Amino acid sequence: MTTATGYNFAYLDEQTKRMIRRAILKAVAIPGYQVPFGSREMPLPYGWGTGGIQVTASVIGSADVLKVIDQGADDTTNAVSIRRFFARTAGVATTRRTTEATIIQTRHRIPETPLREGQILVYQVPIPEPLRWLEPRESETRKMHALADYGVMHVKLYEDIARHGRIATSYDYPVLVNDRYLMRPSPIPKFDNPKMHMNPALQLFGAGREKRIYAVPPYTKVVSLDFEDHPFEVQRWDDCCALCGAADSYLDEVITDDRGGRIFVCSDSDYCTGRIGP
Amino acid sequence: MNETPLLRVTGLSRYYGERVGCRDIDFDLWPGEVMGIVGESGSGKTTLLDCLSGRRPPSAGRVEFTLRDGSQVDLFAMPEPRRRLLMRTDWGIVHQNPRDGLRMGVSAGANVGERLMAVGRRNYRQIRGAAAAWLEKVEIEAGRIDDQPTTYSGGMLQRLQIARTLVSGPRLVFMDEPTGGLDVSVQARLLDLLRGLVTDLGLAAVVVTHDLAVVRLLAHRLMVMRRGEVVEAGLTDQVLDDPHHPYTQLLVSSILQT
Amino acid sequence: MYVAVKGGERAIDNAHAWLGETRRGDRQVPELSLAQIDGQLALAVDRVMTEGSVYDRELAALAIKQAQGDQVEAVFLLRAYRTTLPRFGYSLPIDTGAMRVRRRISSTFKDVPGGQILGPTYDYTHRLLDFSLAAEAPPVAAPMAEDPVDDTLPRVIDVLGREGLIESEAAGGDSPVGDLTREPMAFPAGRDLRLQSLARGDEGFLLAMAYSSQRGYGHTHPFAGEIRMGEVTVEFFAEELGFAVELGDIAVTESQMVNQFRGSAEQPPQFTRGYGLAFGRSERKAMAMALVDRAMRAGELGEEATAPAQDPEFVLGHCDNVEASGFTQHLKLPHYVDFQGELELIRRLRRKDGE
Repeated sequence: MTTATGYNFAYLDEQTKRMIRRAILKAVAIPGYQVPFGSREMPLPYGWGTGGIQVTASVIGSADVLKVIDQGADDTTNAVSIRRFFARTAGVATTRRTTEATIIQTRHRIPETPLREGQILVYQVPIPEPLRWLEPRESETRKMHALADYGVMHVKLYEDIARHGRIATSYDYPVLVNDRYLMRPSPIPKFDNPKMHMNPALQLFGAGREKRIYAVPPYTKVVSLDFEDHPFEVQRWDDCCALCGAADSYLDEVITDDRGGRIFVCSDSDYCTGRIGP
Repeated sequence: MNETPLLRVTGLSRYYGERVGCRDIDFDLWPGEVMGIVGESGSGKTTLLDCLSGRRPPSAGRVEFTLRDGSQVDLFAMPEPRRRLLMRTDWGIVHQNPRDGLRMGVSAGANVGERLMAVGRRNYRQIRGAAAAWLEKVEIEAGRIDDQPTTYSGGMLQRLQIARTLVSGPRLVFMDEPTGGLDVSVQARLLDLLRGLVTDLGLAAVVVTHDLAVVRLLAHRLMVMRRGEVVEAGLTDQVLDDPHHPYTQLLVSSILQT
Repeated sequence: MYVAVKGGERAIDNAHAWLGETRRGDRQVPELSLAQIDGQLALAVDRVMTEGSVYDRELAALAIKQAQGDQVEAVFLLRAYRTTLPRFGYSLPIDTGAMRVRRRISSTFKDVPGGQILGPTYDYTHRLLDFSLAAEAPPVAAPMAEDPVDDTLPRVIDVLGREGLIESEAAGGDSPVGDLTREPMAFPAGRDLRLQSLARGDEGFLLAMAYSSQRGYGHTHPFAGEIRMGEVTVEFFAEELGFAVELGDIAVTESQMVNQFRGSAEQPPQFTRGYGLAFGRSERKAMAMALVDRAMRAGELGEEATAPAQDPEFVLGHCDNVEASGFTQHLKLPHYVDFQGELELIRRLRRKDGE
């Protein structure tokens, strides 16, 4: 299956794709568990979505419709670059509409429009290990996962509350998947965390540089860590989107002048456009 | 009412190549009992403690522990997850250097609360309350609960480590030179505190030290080690007041002379 | 009225076109050919091949040209190309004992069988800018030796081996050699994976690590047992034929460090080894690699491991410049969403403090 570019369909050779698919299957079978895989060098830099790209390349077929977002928007530079990469190497149809897409590759957001069964959400993950800042050693963190030895994670949350009166983590907020594995949801805002829980879509996570793949299968329990008396809560804004008036979406702050003027607009550009109307 | 010892050690040996770490150690430790292990540095007492506390596999022998339900487990035959669980619930380790037992980057309160969170406690107020109560027990001012251990003195660090270890209600505590590296006046206060806690809580403990004053105050029974072997064992007062082995005699007399 | 930013696609196209023009530079100046880069910037090509893990001088030269001389970018280009290449199998181990030597020195013995061969080296040159090069003066002719170099120069380190004074280094037997380009690194990492990772690792990083080990952060008392550079033959065992076929020659630099070792419970006092190997003439890289290889063996040899260079997870986790460069520079990507979260949090915390 070679395209006009001289590279194989979706860039990766079929053997590599099979290896990645095996890793994905294992990840789906053990929700939240980080599966090591033979991550390949991609023509895009590490840290720029190579994990997500390899996952997408391994699951995409010629009939798929791909949407790529970065910060919720289809027009950010890296989203453009990745969308083009697949348009060029796989020749697949691309879209900006969440509802039309069969695969959505994302960096830092989950779309506001609810996902449905059959859709795949592919997250780009910079650092997959939730225990990394507490324990730098891979050999030790793997042991901690194996033993579900997660007390130290709550130590961090305890410290936040002791110091700030609240849990001071606003993105990449750790979750427990299927009552077993502690997982980093990638740097999505904690606003998006509840969307992961019991989501009908398949959620796949790819970390290229760190060579790990993990997954949340459809309809899986995803719980954000908290204390009974300091429950998890998401961000809220006093404002609405200045463009579409949405009061239920994640808002980006836009500086409009140098005198302190600012407005808030939807971070999810497709959601915003859809509300404004065609 | 307890027919089985808390800890049963049989034929425990540890070699480093040709060198003997410790050899043929046998003893029972009963609930609420404190065993002192004394000897010079290099006598094998730290190797023995490491083996007893599951941190170093022995070359031969067994260490059996009686669980709360009365069943006995072989420490080195049990899977690591269970051993780790045991270590953070039923057991505690007090290191000579408190920095080895503490998280220096998080507050005192978090240090004490960690073991509670590790066993699934999820109520912030209760965890903080328990931490505060334990800080009080080890005579650390309540106002220091949110301070980092880096701002604590040596004696306070050791007391913080003790609070962190005891908060989960362990039944057995291993102490490695708990007063080592502290000023004499600070040592006395810490020993007092430890003796009070061990008695109040009915803790069983294994205390390794080169300081006979420590065992005199804390230990019910004593083992004297030399070159990896136990040369004399018995009730603390008996051994110290009427030592039989020449090496014990030397140890006791060298203390008396200083 | 505010309009959300659009037009990313065109901006990217324009930026890339500008890059192309910048790369070419002044069109009055003749364009660089790959042959010129290969021939006259040969050490740059060697480094890019080594860290790019592909022995192909022309591709490496192309990568250097495309990257405008940025070595790390060139390594990245070559790696990204490499990943698409089909794999037939693994070559047989090369025999550096049978190297056609161009350079071979030892600092442990004054004279060694076969002699010290300096080869084309910068050592002992005075680092004075040579303005005759700016004037494009031809080089002074190098005289030819009367006798060719012996093509089976014994390894200096084997002399120590015969006396049993240095640890023997048995090959791993039939156990398969790991391959980082197929399987991810797992810790604890065997020496095969460590050496592969170091060979691909960034020269600057390894140099700094090696240097730190010489300055007290994990000292290993090294001596340069032998450094040799020259051509070796690469052979491939063809299953269909039942014998090995020669694929060709490659130039490599090999560095064997000899390090003091005071002995342990298991082993008598003896010398130990650190090993470095790189494509082409990459002597600094090969030496740094050998020092770091030895430093990372601290745990295995029962030495106290306290320094960064002795910590395999630290060294191997950070020595790859394609990974490091990508992740450091990914901070250029938009982070509005996370930043918005932090902004909201800071405001909320300050509001609480103000109450």
